Amino acid sequence: MSENKTLLEVRNLKQYFDINMGFFRSKPLKAVDDVSFSIRKGETLGLVGESGCGKTTVGRSILHLYKPTGGHVIYDGQEISSKESLREFRRKATMVFQDPYSSLNPRMTVSDIVAEPLDVHKLYKTRKEREDRVLELMGYVGLNSEHASRYAHEFSGGQRQRIGIARALAVNPEFIVCDEPVSALDVSIQAQVINMFDDLQDKLGLTYLFIAHDLLVVRHISDRIAVMYLGKMVELADAEEIYKHPLHPYSQSLLSAVPMPDPKTARANKRIVLTGDIPSPLNAPSGCPFRTRCRYARRECAESMPSFEQVAAGHYVACHRVKEIN
Amino acid sequence: MALLEVKDLRTSFFTDAGEVKAVDGISFNLDHGKVLGIVGESGSGKSVTAYSIMQILAPTGRIVGGSVKLEGQELVGADESTLRHMRGNKISIIFQDPMTSLNPTYTVGHQLMEAIMLHTKRNRRQARERALEMLRLVNVNDPEKRMKQYPYEHSGGMRQRIMIAMALACEPDILIADEPTTALDVTIQAQILELMQDLQKKLGMAIIMITHDLGVVAQMCDEIIVMYAGGICERGTADAIFYHPHHEYTKGLLRSIPRDENNGQRLQPITGTPIDLLNMPKGCPFAPRCDHAMKICLTERPEEMRMNDEQISRCWMNVKDGIDAGNITVERSASHV
Ligand SMILES: Nc1ncnc2c1ncn2[C@@H]1O[C@H](COP(=O)(O)OP(=O)(O)OP(=O)(O)O)[C@@H](O)[C@H]1O
Ligand SMILES: Nc1ncnc2c1ncn2[C@@H]1O[C@H](COP(=O)(O)OP(=O)(O)O)[C@@H](O)[C@H]1O
Ligand code: SF4
Ligand code: SF4
Ligand SMILES: [Mg+2]
Ligand SMILES: [Mg+2]
Repeated sequence: MSENKTLLEVRNLKQYFDINMGFFRSKPLKAVDDVSFSIRKGETLGLVGESGCGKTTVGRSILHLYKPTGGHVIYDGQEISSKESLREFRRKATMVFQDPYSSLNPRMTVSDIVAEPLDVHKLYKTRKEREDRVLELMGYVGLNSEHASRYAHEFSGGQRQRIGIARALAVNPEFIVCDEPVSALDVSIQAQVINMFDDLQDKLGLTYLFIAHDLLVVRHISDRIAVMYLGKMVELADAEEIYKHPLHPYSQSLLSAVPMPDPKTARANKRIVLTGDIPSPLNAPSGCPFRTRCRYARRECAESMPSFEQVAAGHYVACHRVKEIN
Repeated sequence: MALLEVKDLRTSFFTDAGEVKAVDGISFNLDHGKVLGIVGESGSGKSVTAYSIMQILAPTGRIVGGSVKLEGQELVGADESTLRHMRGNKISIIFQDPMTSLNPTYTVGHQLMEAIMLHTKRNRRQARERALEMLRLVNVNDPEKRMKQYPYEHSGGMRQRIMIAMALACEPDILIADEPTTALDVTIQAQILELMQDLQKKLGMAIIMITHDLGVVAQMCDEIIVMYAGGICERGTADAIFYHPHHEYTKGLLRSIPRDENNGQRLQPITGTPIDLLNMPKGCPFAPRCDHAMKICLTERPEEMRMNDEQISRCWMNVKDGIDAGNITVERSASHV
């Protein structure tokens, strides 16, 4: 369970990509725009939102896989700015990817895949030490020595995801960005991998940023949940709180849209079905990004971006009308 | 007589590695205006079931047994003209990725009108009218403009609407939807599911909804088939399947997904690895992963057993007493749910 100490703080994070519009013109795509939040040590923060809203980009920018356009990432009290702080940070923070099929090199054996970060960071002295560590890591994720000399393509999706996780654990990380780690898996396998994330957190005291679009999975695994829309964070609260009392109009419709695996609940559920599509992030609306689909939108919503404010203990929302409509 | 009667359907693919029994003896009925869900994990045979009904299998695939009757007429072995009439006029199908069935080089309007003219006696002008009407029906705004655009100019949700418009243009009796919302975001999924429910009520067609998402079947379906390794585990009303499952695989599935019931608790995964159709066990295909497998499960495949008016199951657990006593008498279900 999470302690009260802040491990990671993200302040006004911005990640813009220059998109070539032809004729030597380019336009900034604001994939992540002014996002702030923090994660406590030992906590799981879930990050949800529809495809393209910027979830993966938040994860990658935090780890400086992209150089952020603006803002601050502060880890364990230290700002990640210099080369040294980044090198130090990379040993403590890592990422697990969505696609267990493409993120592993098919020509490498499992033990080489898992050992690669050990080699890169020179985390062993003898071959024996390397071997032992690889077996230990594989043990964490429920694989055994028999699997070590086989190739990644010989494994099922769930097993490949385990290999990816064993590899991520190689550097002894404290913080892991998990980007849709179970989305590609069948439900029966999903549960195995979700439990493994839970167990590893208990055993190794890990902190997760858990990105997923399956809201029931996120609710299950997260202590708190953040909702993004078009590059902005629109709501952040305790998992149960946001589930029972979402305050932002977008979160409200998103949560009501989840098909509940229970016929009576599903039949009784009053869905708030949104009209229209998500706008392109290249042509994001002025003011509140959600206003083109929001049933409460007013003129003020087009004029300024609502600030991300605490409206109840630990419950943050970015909506001009949050008080009136709830 | 049921609208669609599928009996002991068997479909195999003949590959270099051997015969893959993708669908291995499944039976069900579908009545007018009903929504039937087919759930199961990847590779369990959901899509192949659908493609077998439509007879649009890959060249290596063949229906090797059983029967598919539409309004009493046998489709297995029927001639090409009967099948052509069935596809499009009687049964339509939509896929997970609309781009696989929309041609990128023609406008949406062109493709819609072609489909309408192929299957009905409308002329160009009437087909155009019908196409516009269909686009309005699926809530595409500014249909005149959309007609002139190419598929890539539309979002995923919009393309799926267009596919639905195309599938419904000839007023089929049955719409087969193979993971129609899997590639979509949840708010767009909600739009499409609501649209399908509306249209189903308005037009009275039957729907076969194929998905791996138990939430989608809970929301949409009157009846549900749970598939595993090419066979039916269990078939019944939505309430029966969710509230009184009679097959260990169904029970396992319900325990392994996060729900209100197990909120805050540890999930209970189904152990083991998914089935390999080239190495099928002899008895119950689920036995290698089943916590309750008995001796008989390893040697004999369970037959369909009727549980009650609402449900059939293929699991030896249901006749446990009979097995313990050593004499197993299993009645084949006379009628289908
Ligand atoms: N063209 C083909 N050649 C050989 N085998 C095939 C072919 N198409 C399907 N199969 C096999 O048939 C089985 C059932 O496949 P099917 O596509 O029906 O699964 P599904 O339940 O729809 O899965 P998913 O949820 O992944 O869509 C699988 O083992 C698959 O590998
Ligand atoms: N390297 C990149 N170059 C240009 N645009 C990008 C890049 N990475 C992401 N984007 C864009 O940024 C937005 C957010 O993407 P992403 O973070 O991947 O979303 P999510 O993970 O929420 O689906 C999208 O519009 C995407 O197309
Ligand atoms: S700020 Fe306005 S448009 Fe945005 S969510 Fe609130 S009410 Fe809707
Ligand atoms: S028949 Fe036996 S092995 Fe199969 S699901 Fe039932 S109890 Fe388990
Ligand atoms: Mg992503
Ligand atoms: Mg399929």
